[in-house]
Amino acid sequence: MSGEVQAAAVLGGLQESEQLEDSGHRGGRVRRQRIGLGDWLLPVYTVLAFVFLLIPIVYTLVFSFNDSIKSNISWRGFTFDKWLNVCNVEGGAVCEAFANSIVIGLVATVIATTLGTMIAIALVRYRFRARSSISLLLFLPMATPEVVLGAGLAAQFLAVGVPKDMTTIILAHTMFCISFVVVTVKARVASLDPALEEAGRDLYGSPSQVFWRVTFPLLVPGILAAALLSFALSFDDFIITNFNSGSVSTFPKYIYISASRGIPAEANVIASAVFLFALVLVIVAQVSRAARAKRLAKLS
Amino acid sequence: MSVSVREFAERGADLELVGIQKRFPGFTAIEELDLTIPAGSFFALLGPSGCGKTTTLRLVAGLEEPTRGRILIGGTDVTETKAHQRPVNTVFQSYALFPHMSIIENVAFGLRRRRIGDADARAHEALRLVELDHLAQRRPAQLSGGQQQRVALARAIVNRPALLLLDEPLGALDLKLRRQMQLELKTIQEEVGLTFLHVTHDQEEAMTMADTVAVMNKGSIEQMGAPEQLYELPRTVFVANFLGQSNLFTGRVAGTTDTAIAVDVQGTRLVVPTTRAARHQGEVTIGVRPEKVALHRDAPAVSPSRNVLGPGHVIDVSFSGVSTQYIVSITGVGTVTVFAQNIGIGPIASEGDEVWVSWDVEHGFGLDDDPADAGKFAADDDTHAIAVQRREALVAELEES
Repeated sequence: MSGEVQAAAVLGGLQESEQLEDSGHRGGRVRRQRIGLGDWLLPVYTVLAFVFLLIPIVYTLVFSFNDSIKSNISWRGFTFDKWLNVCNVEGGAVCEAFANSIVIGLVATVIATTLGTMIAIALVRYRFRARSSISLLLFLPMATPEVVLGAGLAAQFLAVGVPKDMTTIILAHTMFCISFVVVTVKARVASLDPALEEAGRDLYGSPSQVFWRVTFPLLVPGILAAALLSFALSFDDFIITNFNSGSVSTFPKYIYISASRGIPAEANVIASAVFLFALVLVIVAQVSRAARAKRLAKLS
Repeated sequence: MSVSVREFAERGADLELVGIQKRFPGFTAIEELDLTIPAGSFFALLGPSGCGKTTTLRLVAGLEEPTRGRILIGGTDVTETKAHQRPVNTVFQSYALFPHMSIIENVAFGLRRRRIGDADARAHEALRLVELDHLAQRRPAQLSGGQQQRVALARAIVNRPALLLLDEPLGALDLKLRRQMQLELKTIQEEVGLTFLHVTHDQEEAMTMADTVAVMNKGSIEQMGAPEQLYELPRTVFVANFLGQSNLFTGRVAGTTDTAIAVDVQGTRLVVPTTRAARHQGEVTIGVRPEKVALHRDAPAVSPSRNVLGPGHVIDVSFSGVSTQYIVSITGVGTVTVFAQNIGIGPIASEGDEVWVSWDVEHGFGLDDDPADAGKFAADDDTHAIAVQRREALVAELEES
């Protein structure tokens, strides 16, 4: 699950910047020290680390403009063709796989986020029998190797006689996403002051009004983070998908299969597009946050 | 008077708690509580932490259900109703302002839930009352603690509840702001004429603000009355020490007349008026407030209208500007604390001086506690035990210095 790490990093970045902003005012002065080993070692090390991290992404991006014929390994000249005709190759197999991945990701995310949020609230707010064992059981899908989960599910579907298609993929993805949603939302629920909900009740809010006007808006950041995480997990899952997809193609599965005969540049196009989309999202979020902070600073 | 959440209360309603008991898994917060708060009054529930005062408030608000007993607001039984169905609003200790809403949205929240017209105009009016209308569009996080406190108050009173509950709302403010808010709260209560139920552990706050103070301890009310009445005539050791300080003496009643009883305290006879003594025979505890005790450099003339103790030695003098506190050790009796106004210049006695103390017989009071109960086997949280512990702590402190 390499994408999962990426997603967590992006999400972590989103949340971290919020905290940094809060503590920004208190930032002390930077102390100047004698020029020594650390003064050049750290920058060099940092640059090397970033180069190492970014090379695959840069490679993917650059080779999406390669005028390749079959395999996309050596540079043969610059072209926009692959970007413009991304869906016209191999009968649109890349695009179909991509579209499948998006649909599966969205449906699994909606189901997992809804169920996971409800579970998280129940686990934090109510005391019931077997509460702690349920908490523990919810961790299991995260701790179990994906190969085992995927194979186990595939065996169950076979035993029950369910044909493998989009539905089985969505079921499988929902299953492992719920755990991540519960963990993420639970932290948010736990940090919510119960007095806020009590104030809502005290101010004539019926239980459903209190939930939708007080609890839910306050949980939204946690729920959004959970939804992003679960979409990212679903979108790039290969192992579990491969066991439970039958003949349905998803984006990771398509790339895996085509890797044996040379990955087409169209795959690079889609990967680059996803990367750029995520990058734009992060930049927009940061800019709007900075603008809001400025506006607030002006107010006070 | 019918009370509905759909309409504004014309005036405050009275609150009646009948035989309330509240048990939580593992402990009992309130053993047996009966309480009537008349409409339009400013009522303070005073007690140490864990005495059940906040639980009482939450029961009235509908945030907890009583194990036993009934709650009546304006004569209507509300025991079975939920928090949002009660004509009651609370100012929470943490203020509990909704962080995702602007100040004006916070204040209008209750009005909107009840579908009361003109919600915005009424909310602005309430914000003007607490002088914060210019901050209506801000978020709670952009306000100072004192401002948040006032928003919380506006958010509650804008609903014109029959009963307003205040859960230590001034606890988080600094001293100066607290004094200011105490005055403001009192003014607002008189202006809008609602019934206020204020829960606090700050005895000064309770006495300054409330018409009636109930001192609560271990889940029941020890004593209730006007602040000056509670202070001048405490009925239990707990009240005598929790509300201000007291010099307490224990002895056996040695004689009674029509108007007074005489108590033998280690050979000295101390007289207390019969009307100011709760018990008239056997072992009794009597006391006097430190500011009522006078300090003498020479033995005062014996007079039937004054109790005299001495001679003793001054063991501590602490000068605090307005007054000086002397601690006098009298052999056999223990220590007596004296607060003296600094009418002259500087303290009139210093450490080690031989002195006498005296007070007007009319200023003494006799407590209702059974002195025999006090002892080393008493529970730690017992009123007597607290008195004993305080005394021991004081003695230890003195021995150290």
